[in-house]
Amino acid sequence: MSFHPPLATSRSMTGIPTGRLAVWWIIASEIVIFGGLIASYLLFRLHYSEWAEYASHTNTVAGAVNTFVLLTSSLFIVLAHQAAIEKNKEKAFRFIWFTIGGGGVFLLVKAYEYTTEIAHGYTLFANNFWGFYYLATGLHGLHVIAGMIIMGIISFDVKKGVKLERVEYIGVYWHFVDIVWLFLFPLFYIAK
Amino acid sequence: MNKEQTHSHPNYVKIYFILLGLFVVSIVGPLIGIKWVTLITAFGIALVKAVMVGAYFMHLNIEKRFIRYILYTALLFMILLFAGLAPDILKSEGNNWVNVSTVNTATIDQH
Amino acid sequence: MVNNISDTDSLSHKDHHTEASFWSKYIFSTDHKIIGMQYIITGIVMAVIGGYMAYVFRMQLAFPGKAVPGYGLVSPLDYNMLITNHGTIMIFWVAMPILIAGLGNYLIPLMIGCDDMVFPRINRLSYQIFFISTLVILISFFVPGGGFGGAWTAYPPLSSEAIYNHTPWGAPLWVIAVALEFVAFLMGGINFITTTMNARCKGMKMYDIPIVVWMIVIASIIFMASVGPLIAGAVMLLFDQTLGTSFYNPMNGGDPVLWQHLFWFFGHPEVYVVLLPAMGIVAEVITVFSRKKLFGYKTILYTTFATGILSFFVWAHHQFIAGIDPRMANIFTITTVMISIPVGEMLFCYIATLYGGSIEFKTAMLFAIAFLAEFLIGGVTGIYLGASGTDIYFHDTYFVLAHFHYTFFPIAVIGFFTAIYYWFPKMFGRKLNETLGKIHFWGTIIPFNGIFIPLFILGMGGQHRRIYNYNHFPDLSTPSQQDLRVFATTSMVIMLVFQIPFFINFISSLFKGEKAGNNPWKANTLEWTVPSPPPHGNFAEMPEVYRPPYEYSVPDMDNDYCPQNCSGKKI
Ligand SMILES: [Cu+2]
Repeated sequence: MSFHPPLATSRSMTGIPTGRLAVWWIIASEIVIFGGLIASYLLFRLHYSEWAEYASHTNTVAGAVNTFVLLTSSLFIVLAHQAAIEKNKEKAFRFIWFTIGGGGVFLLVKAYEYTTEIAHGYTLFANNFWGFYYLATGLHGLHVIAGMIIMGIISFDVKKGVKLERVEYIGVYWHFVDIVWLFLFPLFYIAK
Repeated sequence: MNKEQTHSHPNYVKIYFILLGLFVVSIVGPLIGIKWVTLITAFGIALVKAVMVGAYFMHLNIEKRFIRYILYTALLFMILLFAGLAPDILKSEGNNWVNVSTVNTATIDQH
Repeated sequence: MVNNISDTDSLSHKDHHTEASFWSKYIFSTDHKIIGMQYIITGIVMAVIGGYMAYVFRMQLAFPGKAVPGYGLVSPLDYNMLITNHGTIMIFWVAMPILIAGLGNYLIPLMIGCDDMVFPRINRLSYQIFFISTLVILISFFVPGGGFGGAWTAYPPLSSEAIYNHTPWGAPLWVIAVALEFVAFLMGGINFITTTMNARCKGMKMYDIPIVVWMIVIASIIFMASVGPLIAGAVMLLFDQTLGTSFYNPMNGGDPVLWQHLFWFFGHPEVYVVLLPAMGIVAEVITVFSRKKLFGYKTILYTTFATGILSFFVWAHHQFIAGIDPRMANIFTITTVMISIPVGEMLFCYIATLYGGSIEFKTAMLFAIAFLAEFLIGGVTGIYLGASGTDIYFHDTYFVLAHFHYTFFPIAVIGFFTAIYYWFPKMFGRKLNETLGKIHFWGTIIPFNGIFIPLFILGMGGQHRRIYNYNHFPDLSTPSQQDLRVFATTSMVIMLVFQIPFFINFISSLFKGEKAGNNPWKANTLEWTVPSPPPHGNFAEMPEVYRPPYEYSVPDMDNDYCPQNCSGKKI
């Protein structure tokens, strides 16, 4: 049975399209998930001065590269959104895949980081700093993967010119993932 | 169609380069090695970058106002959580108070 | 980008709607009414399981060491498992799915005048995830070591170390089940919020939304804003349990109090998450059966906002004896006592609605009034626990337990029965039998007080909770105390027996009940303007709202009610 979206979906009493409104609420709920995690980490970090020493073993260069990669991918997805508004399907499709590529590079760097750290004995169990490190970056990584999968799915609709507004919605989500990283970067890589 | 079309959209590439500039500052700042410079450059600039991404890339600057309030509220609750947790987690030894009525009669066990 | 599909355009889709198979119609449907019903039925099944658990451990407490009929001997681990999962199930698998997810799904689109939720497939996915979580919690009772027994608050290190809780499988499964359930309700909540914000029918302004919809939406927002830190905390707990990290292990630099904070940062708002929908249900019912305008619609709304915001500022009143800073205890005492102001104001508004109305004592109305009375006891006893000075003595006694049940029983059970007696005609097209309903009402309310008033007395006598056998404590097993326990257990069994008329009533009314028609209670809200049960798509023609939802007994009108969509003379 094919699925007809209900008429409720097309209504927009607030003036914000329903999809975008939902993305904003999702982001609000993500803020509290990451917020709870970061607040817990920060308290431990402030409490135990020795954590500064642990933090110096994270790979700042890799973190910086990843910050750059995510910022760039944010630019790509906003350009894809611009292209979608201009109804330039091909360009939007291309920029979506650039963004997915950015996510891929991010994950590769992340994988490299994890392997070198684990090889040095800094595993999840080494101490709570590394516990929080893997938890926070891992949760963030899952969001990157989820964003990449969703972008991959919608990109083919975009290419056909269907539901172009979704580019904006996934873009807003992707920028949020970027913003989370902007804070994880100083928290885990810079502040020593 | 949505609102952005009527607005002239911001120059995304220009904003991107501003962000990159800030990013470089946030890397270089901590290299100086002064603690407060590190804190300001690392977290202050992260905040500025986040605001810029939010305002121009997520279009919060032209979004309906209450979306901002939703996000502020979520952030405020996290600050509240932090504040509520801080007295306990930062003093996990548990010596949070002195029983004044017994202070003269009994020694206080420190550990 | 708004698709400017006009309402009539998409209505024409429904012409080629073919008759669906049983599976796609009842199991994998995206219709909000079916999903709501799935939530409610799952909730009822889980309520039976949770009630059975309560029966087993109450029997153990009244007759320690004797085999419980229908269960057998209760071992200490069994006992822990039963009390833990009774609490977990009753809150997360009964109160939440029935009051928020079930009724929210069923009522929101009908009451705001649209054909479905804005994201029907996410809605279906939300139920499916919830259903999986139900299976996980049920499976956890039968794994090696048995179900989790570290109390529903799951404080580490008891919950995080298998050497303490003896449930190496049960504990992680419990955490996974609860986390899945949270994810399901997050999805459902976002659906409720966006639907109510965006998909209201033409003419329905902010103050035309029925109170129950407001309350479910506000509850969803509170849930969403409070559950995040606990989701992060639950992952940490799961890692501690299964991988051996030490986020909560003080021996390796962790902090068990962190969990308590994360848990109660969610756990207290959670009380309001389930309270508000029940309050909303009661508002609808007492207005209709008082035939009077709801007293202070806006006041109720603003007090709801105030309650919602304040509920985030009180969580540490559960931790007064956990070694938290006494200055914090001061602050949390003040905020906790403050929150009784808006809730009390809400109750006053309800009582003022009753005042001077022409009250019809239908079963739904009886339950609604009972809700006010019983919840009041729960609220007032809460003040003793919210004040840190008295809480030091009452903490972890049966006084807490009785207080807690005087709030949650009215919410989850009385609130649910209010809703089911009121909306059953809409859901199934037939009325429930009033005589059986009244037998059920008195058979529920009187024994309920018989269970928990003795427990208040026991708690004040110092009876600690979560103890398997009080015979091991001479001070707590005097004959008079044991008599109170037996009295409570007997009341409980009587209450369970009196649920049989409800089930008989439910099933026989499904087939033989008096036909209800569209609007059996002569109510104003939009769900009563459509046939009972409502067809797929709800409204044959999308309604337009002209008036607020509670215009009863307005002078110089033909009827004493006027549905929201009747376009007659404006008042
Ligand atoms: Cu509380």
